[in-house]
Amino acid sequence: MDRSTIDLWVGIFVALGVAALLGLAMKVGNLTSSNIGETYSVSAAFENIGGLKPRAPVKSAGVVVGRVDNITFDSNRFEAIVKINIDKRYAFPKDTFANIYTAGLLGEQYIGLEAGGDEDTLKNGDKITQTQDAVVLEKMISKFLFNKAAETEEDEPKKGASATKSADTKSKELGDPPF
Amino acid sequence: MIKSNLLISIIRTLRGIGKRMIERVWRLGAGARFFFLTIIYSGESFRRFHLVMREVYFTGVMSLLIIIVSAFFVGMVLALQGYNTLQKYGSSEAIGVLVALSLVRELGPVVTALLFAGRAGTAITAEIGLMKTTEQLSAMEMMAVSPIARVVAPRFWAGVISMPVLAALFSMVGILGGYLVAVPLIGVDEGAFWSQMQANVDVREDIINGVIKSVVFGVACTMIALFEGFDAPPTAEGVSRATTRTVVISSLTVLGLDFVLTSFMLSV
Repeated sequence: MDRSTIDLWVGIFVALGVAALLGLAMKVGNLTSSNIGETYSVSAAFENIGGLKPRAPVKSAGVVVGRVDNITFDSNRFEAIVKINIDKRYAFPKDTFANIYTAGLLGEQYIGLEAGGDEDTLKNGDKITQTQDAVVLEKMISKFLFNKAAETEEDEPKKGASATKSADTKSKELGDPPF
Repeated sequence: MIKSNLLISIIRTLRGIGKRMIERVWRLGAGARFFFLTIIYSGESFRRFHLVMREVYFTGVMSLLIIIVSAFFVGMVLALQGYNTLQKYGSSEAIGVLVALSLVRELGPVVTALLFAGRAGTAITAEIGLMKTTEQLSAMEMMAVSPIARVVAPRFWAGVISMPVLAALFSMVGILGGYLVAVPLIGVDEGAFWSQMQANVDVREDIINGVIKSVVFGVACTMIALFEGFDAPPTAEGVSRATTRTVVISSLTVLGLDFVLTSFMLSV
């Protein structure tokens, strides 16, 4: 095989490789969707961020409007400070609500923004004051179990009577005779 | 008498172990020096780039068939196996993520490197070993042509260029194979297949890391094949032993390096 044919084949080979890489980046990876242009950054303080990670999506009405930039710990107030970058095309009112949600039952966590009614908009370096922490599954389960236990303890001696339930259980725990 | 025999046999064993260890360390040092020389002499091979091109043709283009066919089957098997398990948890749509991540992160670079060691590495070792046996390398030295610059460096760079290309093709063809099994054959929703994949495969963390892995494997596989060929005893038996060693050492090195690289990449 003479040299020019070899060159042609090597050219085809390398072109195939570059095409495969581009295909991986565009079709398989998230190069196209993660491409947020100009952004402005705001911060939000949470008492518990659960499993939130840097580069997690920031969504509003289900649309990705930004990404989590970094997460730091404020040792004065014992809170997590989450810095998020939001696309410049989207402006949010100053009293926007930031929640940490979970995609699906066990999916990844993301920040959901719910717009408020303020006329001023968030600017670069602003702080979102209204936040809601991540739901910790263990806390929820223990709360549920505790309520359930209180209910069944209540139900057996007196059928029903939901109004005096909590007072009654409390007095039982304290050792007072039920009245 | 028995005691002294025992002592002698113990000493002989220890001596054997020591000799083997020194041999290993010597080979490691020689390999490192060889690698260094190859890098130094590679300037010349870039000046005569058609030499590299010819080697890319032999190591890369001629490996296309085995890479594409095996990638296709690996992707199809991944999709079948993945569907079988994921379906139990009611998340068969995640099959796209499973196929793409396992190919891009692990199987693409690793299986390509193993196939590359078997297909191209052995050819390199046998060729250079035979060149040495037939004294072609000594003849080059006589003509004041450095065999490392003329024979070794072009093959080294050809391997380093071919590996990432082959690994990228492997991942892409594997994903296509997985797609063909998951969507038309099993009936997973096409939109979910691609969108879940795109949402969970990160360009920098998954794809670029896969490319880095394949470059490292390319350097390791090619270097081992070249060194084994260059270091082979100039006999028929020596060349055949060296060829076998190429496959064994390359495979073990690739798998070991894969663990090291993965632990670096995941800890960041």
